[in-house]
Amino acid sequence: MAKRVGMEVSIAVAEAAGLANADVVAAYPITPQTHIVEHLAEMVADGHLDAQYIPVESEHSAMSACLGASAAGARTFTATAGQGLELMHEVLYVASSMQLPVIMAVANRALSAPLSVWGDHSDAMAVRDTGWIQIFVENGQEAVDNVICAFRIGEDPGVLLPVMVHLDGFHLSHVIEPIELPAREQVDRFLPVYHHPMPLDPARPVTMGAFAPPAIYSETKWAQETNLRKSKGTILKAWDEFGKAFGRQYHPLESYHAEGARVLLLTMGSFSETAMTVIDKLRAKGQSVGQLKLRLWRPFPFDEIRQAVSGAEVLIVLDRALSVGGPGGPVCSEVRSALFDQAHRPKVVSFVGGLGGRDISPEEFEQILGRGTEIARSGRQREFEIIGVRE
Amino acid sequence: MTKKSDNELTAGDFKVGAIVTEPASARQYQTGTWRSERAIMNREKCTKCGLCYIFCPEGCIQPAPDAEGYFDIDLFYCKGCGICAHECPSDAITMVEEAE
Repeated sequence: MAKRVGMEVSIAVAEAAGLANADVVAAYPITPQTHIVEHLAEMVADGHLDAQYIPVESEHSAMSACLGASAAGARTFTATAGQGLELMHEVLYVASSMQLPVIMAVANRALSAPLSVWGDHSDAMAVRDTGWIQIFVENGQEAVDNVICAFRIGEDPGVLLPVMVHLDGFHLSHVIEPIELPAREQVDRFLPVYHHPMPLDPARPVTMGAFAPPAIYSETKWAQETNLRKSKGTILKAWDEFGKAFGRQYHPLESYHAEGARVLLLTMGSFSETAMTVIDKLRAKGQSVGQLKLRLWRPFPFDEIRQAVSGAEVLIVLDRALSVGGPGGPVCSEVRSALFDQAHRPKVVSFVGGLGGRDISPEEFEQILGRGTEIARSGRQREFEIIGVRE
Repeated sequence: MTKKSDNELTAGDFKVGAIVTEPASARQYQTGTWRSERAIMNREKCTKCGLCYIFCPEGCIQPAPDAEGYFDIDLFYCKGCGICAHECPSDAITMVEEAE
């Protein structure tokens, strides 16, 4: 029987990995995800989760141990954030190129320097190209649901890719939210047993991660690209089946009054929910505004985005990360690029805000919509706008 | 089934993260083409000490099948690093430019 609880989201994420019956957790603590891995350690120590818990010496080791475990056929889970995600950076590429379905929760945290433990998306943006399937969630329920879905997606024999579930550090990881925790039997029915087709086994030796001379490296990358793109079909199917089994349906791009809206705001992560209240307020005043919430970051949902914005005049994209010296908002630059060749496309305006845990208030969201619409009309003077900065 | 050469392999040939299912396939990789210098052994100077065999970082120097106590260099793999020539106490090994 599923139970409704008031639970800190980090703890709920750990519970979700427990419900999924993870076999191996190799992890290193880092604010703001520490509660996830601490709770998993407790679950294992108390006998609530039958798993091998490996407290490693760093995140680089955590990901290395995870990929080894996954290669041996273990259902593998870990969590990290910010500098931790960066420390394991080089190993991330290995997990995806070797097709090892490690599942990882990332409590998105700002990158040093200056040192910030607080939430923004810069850690996620730094790993865009690592070849992982990446999903952003907005609240605790979505975090729990998508950790469970992540196992189903990543371990699918037609996919076999690692999956990151991004949840905002502190804004989600440290808040207590009402969450419906599925029952263990429901999750068991939803998740097939993980089988690697050719795991590390002395009886049937294989080589994983062999070196590739120039003559073949490109072919392996094309195979990887084809596989990641193709995984979208499995992601949609998994979300549909999750919807049928648990009553909550997820999509690559969620729409909030976006249909027919003249001005659209695109957001990712927990501040989407603050923005929704502002959309309600402005619509009540008669403004033609709507919102798109990006959930599937990789593989990038080109079709859904192009389709969703085709009728709008203005698309304001709010990023929670800054690509310094470049296009400003990483998500905006990708959206803009996706729309460049479209016959009908809105004017795209880039806003960056909420860095290093800075909240964006409903009033500031109103300013974003107002200023964004004005910039679209008058023409932009700068590559992007930054919100809430005292210059 | 004829094995495809590197230049014939397509993206579709790489399954499951380019996993290699043939054990010890590294043996087929000819690293001998990498060298610019070749090690030449002079058996007349060789004292059969075995240091070249011990020091070769690639295990390319093996007991000679035709003459007990002597060693042969496997030119299929030898990369011409020159460690054997450097370590030989009898100057029995010399490095010669491949071009010659």
